[in-house]
Amino acid sequence: MSQSYNRGLIEDFGRWKEFTAGMWAWILHKFTGWVLIGYLFTHIAVLSTATTGATAYTDTIQGLESLLVVRVMEVGLLAVAVFHILNGVRLLFVDLGLGLEQQDKSFYASLVVTGVIVLASVPTFLEGAF
Amino acid sequence: MSTQVPEEQEQTEPDEQAAETAVQQRETPGDRRRAERDAERQERQAAAGAPAEPDEDAVLLKVFRYDPEVEGKMEPRFDDFYVPRKKGMTVLDALIYARDHFDTTLTFRHSCRQAVCGSDALFINGRQRLGCQTQISDLDDPVRVEPLPHQDVVKDLVVDMEHFYDQMHAVEPFFQPEEESGGDLEEYRQTRENREKIKMSTRCIWCGACMSSCNIAAGDNQYLGPAAINKAYRFAMDKREGENMKEHRLNVMDQEHGVWRCQTQFSCTNVCPKDIPLTEHIQELKREAVKQNLKFW
Repeated sequence: MSQSYNRGLIEDFGRWKEFTAGMWAWILHKFTGWVLIGYLFTHIAVLSTATTGATAYTDTIQGLESLLVVRVMEVGLLAVAVFHILNGVRLLFVDLGLGLEQQDKSFYASLVVTGVIVLASVPTFLEGAF
Repeated sequence: MSTQVPEEQEQTEPDEQAAETAVQQRETPGDRRRAERDAERQERQAAAGAPAEPDEDAVLLKVFRYDPEVEGKMEPRFDDFYVPRKKGMTVLDALIYARDHFDTTLTFRHSCRQAVCGSDALFINGRQRLGCQTQISDLDDPVRVEPLPHQDVVKDLVVDMEHFYDQMHAVEPFFQPEEESGGDLEEYRQTRENREKIKMSTRCIWCGACMSSCNIAAGDNQYLGPAAINKAYRFAMDKREGENMKEHRLNVMDQEHGVWRCQTQFSCTNVCPKDIPLTEHIQELKREAVKQNLKFW
């Protein structure tokens, strides 16, 4: 088939408006997964360099928590983690073959629950940040 | 029109002035070809543009056009066709009307027109659908018709299905019983329950819509794809084939590029024109494959 036309990537992410619930769930699950891996390594790197003593540890944590960016990003981390957990449970049910008909609704539910939990956590995370 | 005049002149001239025509001919071939091509293009534009003044109740079809063999059509483009709206008109009906009345070079596959042959799976308004099964009235105007994504376009709406068929054949899509049918029966009897279990999976018409919608299959050419796995499910779950055959079929499925490539995006299940629960079948085969490998007794 030398005389055929390959339309390339235009038909993938260029068509994001046409994606269905299952597709969005997959994309968000991948994205949050990578974010969590990135966080995990940062977490290990930062804390392992702060284990020289009690004061060093406290200074590191207090230094980080005094930064507004860190406070805001903590909320983002919570959102990412909560969605990944909830969608992971959804995928568990999908793997067990339960509720496959409702897979889109369970995706929307996990989004809504994520939103609620994140909003509820804002007062705790951002207390005195501004 | 303009091309016919010089041709007639050339036919009459050689008898009278051979030398002069030789000079003329040396000049004309390129010009003539160019003129012919322009005229052809104009005709084509006229044909495509003829219905440009739409009737009161016409549906606008935007159809993907591409022809690697004709100069001027090698660059993919969209053609507009205004097709008179009729009650109960499907996308395939509209395409047939456009081909018969406006542009005979419009190419697409179709055969039975009743969602059984599986030849007219198209990408209609951003979704894989069967042209013969999709009512125009269910779609937003304009109706955008494209060939199936993730498959190479051969011409216009025709895609190369070879890879899809290869994957289908790779799962041995035929009944392989281990023993002769019992007693003096010629048929292989199946229980009603077992028939019910595989009922949905037998409905596949090999249209390729699922394979085209699958994001994973697009990035992994070795992946068997939803249709082929569904085919394997249909026979693996068929009790008449016997345990050894089921084990063999599960071994084919239990591969990196078999069932485990599926990442449950539900794209195939969403687009299947025969409403086969493809993801459900793939997931069940995954569980069967795990069960087969995990034997602690």
